[in-house]
Amino acid sequence: MKKEFTITVYTENQIGLLNRIAIIFSRRKINIDSLNTSPSEIEGIHRFTILVVETEEVVRKVCRQIEKQVEVLKAYFNTEDEIVWQEMALYKVSTDMITEKVKVERLLRECGARTIAIRKDFTVFETTGHRAETDKLLQVLGQYGLIEFVRSARIAIIKTSLGFYEKLKEFEKAAPSEDVKENEFLNKQDEVFTM
Amino acid sequence: MSTTIIENKDLKSAVKTDAAGKTLPSTDFPFKKGQVGELTGAQAVLEAFIAEGVDTIFGYPGGAIMPIYDALYDYNDHLKHILVRHEQGGIHAGQGYARASGKVGVVFATSGPGATNLVTGLADAMIDSTPLVCITGQVFAHLLGTDAFQEVDVINITTPVTKWNYQVTDATEIPAVLAKAFYIAETGRPGPVLIDITKNAQLQKFDYQGYKKCEHIRSYRPKPLVRKEYVEQAAKLINEAKKPFVIFGQGVILGKAEKEFKAFIEKGGLPAAWTILGLSALETDHPQNVGMLGMHGNYGPNVLTNECDVLIAVGMRFDDRVTGRLDKYAKQAQVIHLDIDPAEIDKNVKAAVPVWGDCKETLPMLTKLIESKKHTDWLNKFHDFTKKEVEAVIQDELNPPASDKMTMGEVMKFLNELTKGDAIIVTDVGQHQMVACRYAKFNETKSNITSGGAGTMGFALPAAIGAKYGAPKRTVVAIIGDGGVQMTIQELGTIMQCEVNVKILILNNEFLGMVRQWQQLFHDKRYSFVDIASPDYVMVAKGYKIPGQKVTERANLREALKTMLDHDGAYLLEVMVGKENNVFPMVPQGCSVAEIRLK
Repeated sequence: MKKEFTITVYTENQIGLLNRIAIIFSRRKINIDSLNTSPSEIEGIHRFTILVVETEEVVRKVCRQIEKQVEVLKAYFNTEDEIVWQEMALYKVSTDMITEKVKVERLLRECGARTIAIRKDFTVFETTGHRAETDKLLQVLGQYGLIEFVRSARIAIIKTSLGFYEKLKEFEKAAPSEDVKENEFLNKQDEVFTM
Repeated sequence: MSTTIIENKDLKSAVKTDAAGKTLPSTDFPFKKGQVGELTGAQAVLEAFIAEGVDTIFGYPGGAIMPIYDALYDYNDHLKHILVRHEQGGIHAGQGYARASGKVGVVFATSGPGATNLVTGLADAMIDSTPLVCITGQVFAHLLGTDAFQEVDVINITTPVTKWNYQVTDATEIPAVLAKAFYIAETGRPGPVLIDITKNAQLQKFDYQGYKKCEHIRSYRPKPLVRKEYVEQAAKLINEAKKPFVIFGQGVILGKAEKEFKAFIEKGGLPAAWTILGLSALETDHPQNVGMLGMHGNYGPNVLTNECDVLIAVGMRFDDRVTGRLDKYAKQAQVIHLDIDPAEIDKNVKAAVPVWGDCKETLPMLTKLIESKKHTDWLNKFHDFTKKEVEAVIQDELNPPASDKMTMGEVMKFLNELTKGDAIIVTDVGQHQMVACRYAKFNETKSNITSGGAGTMGFALPAAIGAKYGAPKRTVVAIIGDGGVQMTIQELGTIMQCEVNVKILILNNEFLGMVRQWQQLFHDKRYSFVDIASPDYVMVAKGYKIPGQKVTERANLREALKTMLDHDGAYLLEVMVGKENNVFPMVPQGCSVAEIRLK
């Protein structure tokens, strides 16, 4: 049976790795519902949070394929009850519309929203929470001429995880890998000659 | 011979020429062991090769890789470069080299089309776990993304078909990146690595601090830790088994564990069957070698897969051509799966006991724990099936009636007699491949080189060139169909120029035989575009200064094969075989292995 799985991947910071991970899904015709990359609790190590709706068997196999990639340290997959998660959404609406037709205060309170910008012509609200919570405000504002809407990818914390420090120590047993070098040649067009 | 010294202002280095004005190689390279100093990125690439023990490179030059080729001029005494006729030929040669030698194959190609021509070979090496390091030239870093001449996004094109790839834009990265490339290519489950080096990085001079081999990458664990409890569980299952059956793949060869494998099956009295890439890991005449698995494998191993009680898979990945219909595959058996790649465990077939790890380590652990046994009755069951297969298929394939056209099987029979199983046999893809693998005799490991997982037609001719360089003392016979040979026939030019001693055996049935067989069996004989014409191969070879002959009569076959093998140098032999012969047994697609057809 298909259900929501949140995949957490600890990786090195390497150009092209996003593609390497993404094609593991696209090759199997699996849609990525949301994807977030960010720093992790350890400096220099990145953390991908990927949301998919799939069967557990498929997700397990996909995780093994992800973990097989050279720059991937570890991949975990969890069901919703094993994680604490959040999404953020932004809504832009016409200020006139909102002051005329909606009791803004009530709206903010009911949906746990914050106003983060008020201009003469538009107002931007923000909510953070589960999908149902961000959807609720979307529905309400939809009736009042929503101009723009955007929702962030899911970010999640694994409840039982003790962090990645211990695992990393295990991986680093021999020697730490080298840092990525910035490409200093990209901006030196005139100094290198062409063919 | 007098030498004059001229100043080359561009390269700012002294170039020596002989009396005729021909440039001589610089004697300053390669660096002595431990020497440091100023090098260009291109020179650092070649220094890395020498440090890694590379002796042969297969490649084709072009604009974006010219600095490396320029540097190669000075390394010519230490690195042999084989100029191929097409980059696909180059990478297949690299594969052949790697498979015959057990070392990493090294390939050069230029940017753009040069690099894209590598893609088929990369995919082939990826699925067949062949260690390769491919170096591609790339446009100057500042031109990346500008649609420059011969610029192609090689990294992204090759990502799905490489174990690892990396773009170098700064020469100082080269020693460490190449060390990483070789380490990744040959450790764990081997695979192809591609390093794309921009032209500025090749030209850039930097302070070379020597080459340090890579021994650890924190995010990469080539060998999973062996879990002792699994080995114990596996041994227990094997000891309790009444009908244990071992199936083995290339993992045994890649793990250099042939001896350990043989000790394991001999102690346990275990019948063992091979996948196409496992062939030659165990000599074909070994009494416990019961034959080939899969779609065109032997009768016994296929049927008895669905009768054994414990199935021990060693270094193989349950390809669909091996398993047939998965939901009817070995359902009665407890599966023990030994593999170095954790992603293979449970991928296709659920393992009761997963033994993760290098089989060079796990097999001896297992051998120690299993009881010494002889499963004579069970082994005889395989022999009974062999008898049935001999009657129904093999006898006619090897000794067809005199009125029939020659068969591929009888070519193999004579070839076995003449080579005594000591040759390396490189096959292409199709009917001839199945027949060659079914009937070829092998005494030694790394003797069977074929495109297994990818099924790349055109593989054999260039791979045979590489195999000869990988194992120069051995006889290399490329067996190719009339379809496949026309895909990479340009490599006859490489054979001519480099005087590569390979024997080219074309089995010509005037059809794309395997497709025709399927059209006959499953598409009501609607022969759609399988009727392929051939040139006069002997004439073509002659054009390349390669001697050869064509055999149409059975009476001349053995002698012609002998002439081919005895000839000192490359030789082409075309054998006209029956047009509509089929390869049997066969597990039709969508059927279980037990439903294998003998006709």
